[in-house]
Amino acid sequence: MTNTHRTPTGGTVDRSKTISFTFNGKSYQGHAGDTLASALLANGVHLVGRSFKYHRPRGILSAGSEEPNALIQLERGAHTEPNLRATQIEIYEGLTASSQNAWPSVEFDVGAVNNLFSKIFVAGFYYKTFMHPQSMWMRVYEPIIRRAAGLGKSPQEADPDIYDKMHAHCEVLVVGAGPAGLAAALEAARGGARVILADEQPRFGGSLLGSRGETIDGMPALEWVAKAEAELRSHPEVTLLPRTTVTGYFDHNYLVMAERRTDHLPRGSKPGVSRQRLWKVRAAQVVLATGSHERPLVFADNDRPGVMLAGAARTYVNQFGVLPGRRVVVFTNNDSAYQAALDLHDSGAAVPAIIDLRKSVDGPLARKARAQGIRIITNSAISEVEGGKKVRGVQVQALAADGETVTGPAESIACDLIAMSGGWNPAVHLFSQSMGKLRYDEALAAFVPNLSVQAERSAGACKGSFALPACLAEGAEAGRAALAAAGLDAAEPARVPTAEALEEQPLRPLWIVPGKKPVGQKGKHFVDYQNDVTAADVLLASREGYQSVEHLKRYTTTGMGTDQGKTSNVNALAILAKSLASPIPQVGTTTFRPPYTPLTYGTIAGRDVGELADVARVTPIHAWHVEQGAVFEDVGQWKRPWYFPRGAETMEEAVRRECRAVRTSVGVLDASTLGKIDIQGPDAATFLNRMYTNAWLKLDIGRCRYGVMCKEDGMIMDDGVTTRLGPNHFIMTTTTGNAAKVLDWLEEYLQTEWPELKVYLTSVTEQWSTASIAGPKAREVVAALAPDLDLSAEAFPFMSMKEAVVAGVPARIFRISFTGELSYEINVPSHQALHVWREMMRVGARYDITPYGTETMHVLRAEKGYIIVGQETDGTVTPFDLGMDWIVSKQKKDFVGKRSYARPGAVDDGRKQLVGLLPEDPAFVLQEGAQIVEDADNRTPIPMLGHVTSSYYSETLGRSFALALIKNGTNRLDQAVYAPLDGGRIVKCTVTKPVFFDPEGVRLHG
Amino acid sequence: MANALPRAGAVARFAPAVTALASSAGLVLAEMVPPGQVNLRGNPSDPRFLRAAGSVLNCLLPVGANTVQSTDDITVLWLGPDEWLILTAPGGETELIERLRAALGDVHAAVTDVSGNRARLRLSGPEARMVLAKGCGLDLHPQRFKAGQCAQTTMARVGIILHQLDDRPTYDILVRRSFAEYTWMWLKDAMAEYGGTIAAG
Repeated sequence: MTNTHRTPTGGTVDRSKTISFTFNGKSYQGHAGDTLASALLANGVHLVGRSFKYHRPRGILSAGSEEPNALIQLERGAHTEPNLRATQIEIYEGLTASSQNAWPSVEFDVGAVNNLFSKIFVAGFYYKTFMHPQSMWMRVYEPIIRRAAGLGKSPQEADPDIYDKMHAHCEVLVVGAGPAGLAAALEAARGGARVILADEQPRFGGSLLGSRGETIDGMPALEWVAKAEAELRSHPEVTLLPRTTVTGYFDHNYLVMAERRTDHLPRGSKPGVSRQRLWKVRAAQVVLATGSHERPLVFADNDRPGVMLAGAARTYVNQFGVLPGRRVVVFTNNDSAYQAALDLHDSGAAVPAIIDLRKSVDGPLARKARAQGIRIITNSAISEVEGGKKVRGVQVQALAADGETVTGPAESIACDLIAMSGGWNPAVHLFSQSMGKLRYDEALAAFVPNLSVQAERSAGACKGSFALPACLAEGAEAGRAALAAAGLDAAEPARVPTAEALEEQPLRPLWIVPGKKPVGQKGKHFVDYQNDVTAADVLLASREGYQSVEHLKRYTTTGMGTDQGKTSNVNALAILAKSLASPIPQVGTTTFRPPYTPLTYGTIAGRDVGELADVARVTPIHAWHVEQGAVFEDVGQWKRPWYFPRGAETMEEAVRRECRAVRTSVGVLDASTLGKIDIQGPDAATFLNRMYTNAWLKLDIGRCRYGVMCKEDGMIMDDGVTTRLGPNHFIMTTTTGNAAKVLDWLEEYLQTEWPELKVYLTSVTEQWSTASIAGPKAREVVAALAPDLDLSAEAFPFMSMKEAVVAGVPARIFRISFTGELSYEINVPSHQALHVWREMMRVGARYDITPYGTETMHVLRAEKGYIIVGQETDGTVTPFDLGMDWIVSKQKKDFVGKRSYARPGAVDDGRKQLVGLLPEDPAFVLQEGAQIVEDADNRTPIPMLGHVTSSYYSETLGRSFALALIKNGTNRLDQAVYAPLDGGRIVKCTVTKPVFFDPEGVRLHG
Repeated sequence: MANALPRAGAVARFAPAVTALASSAGLVLAEMVPPGQVNLRGNPSDPRFLRAAGSVLNCLLPVGANTVQSTDDITVLWLGPDEWLILTAPGGETELIERLRAALGDVHAAVTDVSGNRARLRLSGPEARMVLAKGCGLDLHPQRFKAGQCAQTTMARVGIILHQLDDRPTYDILVRRSFAEYTWMWLKDAMAEYGGTIAAG
């Protein structure tokens, strides 16, 4: 294989395993353990993408999840995924990837013309350029911008992968498995704590993976990592989660982690195993050991492919055995980049110069570099970068005394890589998400954790302690402290791993590195690579008044996008601070929000897809309904038969047939979904008397009564029939949708308002399955099912209940009716209900017993003017509005809602009242929700009288009809009103009483 | 009015209900034949109530939160400070209710037949804890939730009563019948990666 830039030895990649992959249509090879970024660099490929706005050629900036440039479209077809960072993609055999933001190719990109017109793409360009006319926005500007600027393409096919979730609990969650995190986890594990150690990388070790020559406890650092990992693995209560990013830190130490379980394997190679898993963790204590991110230096054309963070260059050579450049200029304001220079030099790269912004350097690292013969140019800057699609060299000039300009002659130095370091930002993202408060550290020129709010502690680089001995000591201390805070005793004295570090000299913050021309004139000083925000944009925004850091972010888009400004935020706000002549802490930071790195939607959805997306509640009769070919309606989470088509029947035909069957013979409805509450206790009747509007104290045993329940505001909340089973025992029914709400409502009153009442409630909704048999032949069917029961009107009158054995099963039979017909509701225990149902259908066949669905139920009850809560009511309707004055007791001293009926608003003229409507055209069925107006002429504004609440074609009446709530409805009987409909049609209707069929109730008493 | 008719399981469309789990090394899911279930409400600080209930049940009512008391015939699960669920053999609920009501007399209490209210799913095997953890936020670590404990909680957006029976571990998941099919499908899906099986009827 030809890895032109692979070092002969070194790194942790497995050189015995060669992996082939494709990038932008070209085949390459890498090794097991490579990321896509390291494998491309091993092949000498730097140009991996085009930038968002200017379509400038871009290379690989970093070696981690903070990468702003190297965004990749991975795979094709259903597996394709945009916006992945090349620095995090582990290569696998057959991987296919391509660049984003480039058309037709990354080498020749038409959009790069934007770079020439960059004046219009300045800060706030969206607001300035595409303002007028407004109509152009949706049709023209927006689609063009989307296509030109789009970050990758989403797949067009369904996701073939599965995703799932896992809850977890632990005493100590350690975030990050670098030296600090490992030291913390070891201490916590030794104390017997349940420990979860999560790290976003495939291997533990953090910064140690990319370092060289470090020793811990006298052994090479990676050997120590392996030993630590082995020890952790030996503790049964430790869970080790590599490839797992802690993405969110919420209240009560609730953290969310995303684990990539199979992304490092060829697609589809682990069937049945979720690709990604969302962990929801409750941690008693959290140790944050999240490390730090290196800052770029903001110099002219600092975005050319071949400009890389120095720490990343070091990682590529040390972890992957890849030389990202053969001739490397190091550009820095601090000591850490010297280590990169030394490691690259040691691996065979030429390092013609370290260009240091500091006035002088004389620390141990500088001495080492000098000893290696590396030239150090102090108090100088790169004032120009040579090369477009790849760095070819730099021009170096001395800094003026104030550091604001360069001066003197420029020296040209040829190179193919610029390794830069502007200092390091502790990764305080999770700390900030936990609501912890930051402090600006002048010496580090960075924000560090200051005040904790939750049960967490930071250790190591994320706390601003970059030296290895400090990381290890703070990690061990944090692990022990977490253990103690979780209430566990450390079994032994702390074992702080030992290491040595060279002393580092202070950095020199120079937030804008001067170039040959003033900022904004020639060359671009990029601050945010992903959003193409330059130092000039930040300064312009500041001049235009966007001086709050939050405004700056939104106006310039700095810090947005997939990287959320991990490399850019501090540079941006420091430049803002400089322009405002304010101290950096006064400018502050923008809010750190979850997720830390982007999450797939699949991870968030987990298994909540397809048939598992929501519960489908089914009744005990469901299997029979399915057998019969019922069409189902969703009622809340319930699946209820809507209608039962026979043969090729339409819905309208089926409903007419079902209605006819009930009115002329017998039909049956599965009413199992109705809520049922068992009420027991000596105060049960008193309780009902207070909750319902009508009187309950004198209801006889075995008798049923309809009740309406109102909220304190007097508005109807639910209705249903309640039956007295014994002196202290009632069974209440509620509407299907309100079953749980009513039980909660009743419990709340019992527990908080009237705890002295001796009443117990038990939900029995699912104990009883209900078959509602209705029609002139209902008595015959019930007689055949329960031959011993006297069904005569005298023995078993309307609104009463009998217990009987039905088809061998003990049952409660309620003679109540929602259709206006003679009707019996047979309740049997759910586990025997299907047997009873089948028996009922068998004996009912003689009468052509017809199953009917909710639609027929709706039509039949509306013909009788029976309301449905939630259809005729909407939380603003009183019983009086429905003409149900009779159900509101005048005698009772009090009941829930009573006081509200004394409010003027409850009795004023002009309230909407329930009426019937007969459309002039008897074949025309009004739309439910149609507005009702007084006049036929259509002049706006039209005063609205009300709306249609229910509307059907009635087989019984041979015409359409409707129920409606309209202002002063009861005074409008026989008057004409109008329903203006979609498309300009106006339908004339006559107002009627809301009862259309058998107003005397002869049939249901029969 | 005891009845000896067979009791249909709530997931009969998918698998028949069983009376016991065969001993198996692997992860297994089954619906148990719906047991007799009686909901009991009463005041545990009323000694008459405790005495009457205890005399019928042959055990003390569990008063510690989320605890379970069992005899050979019955299992009593604590559901709340004044609420218990008593499980007994299928069909045994009728007599149990009569005896409880007789013993309680005029003591304020509620004895309610809820045998049809819930299905009883049983999940057993080494990975049972992981399966539940995919949808249940409770800490099921053996030190925190042991055999003989129960809890009313949610799993995969369904309200359940979870009862750990043994250290294998084996769990009973009592779920409202209408939710049983969804719960079954969810469990079956969550078990897949561990090679879980459905108990043969």
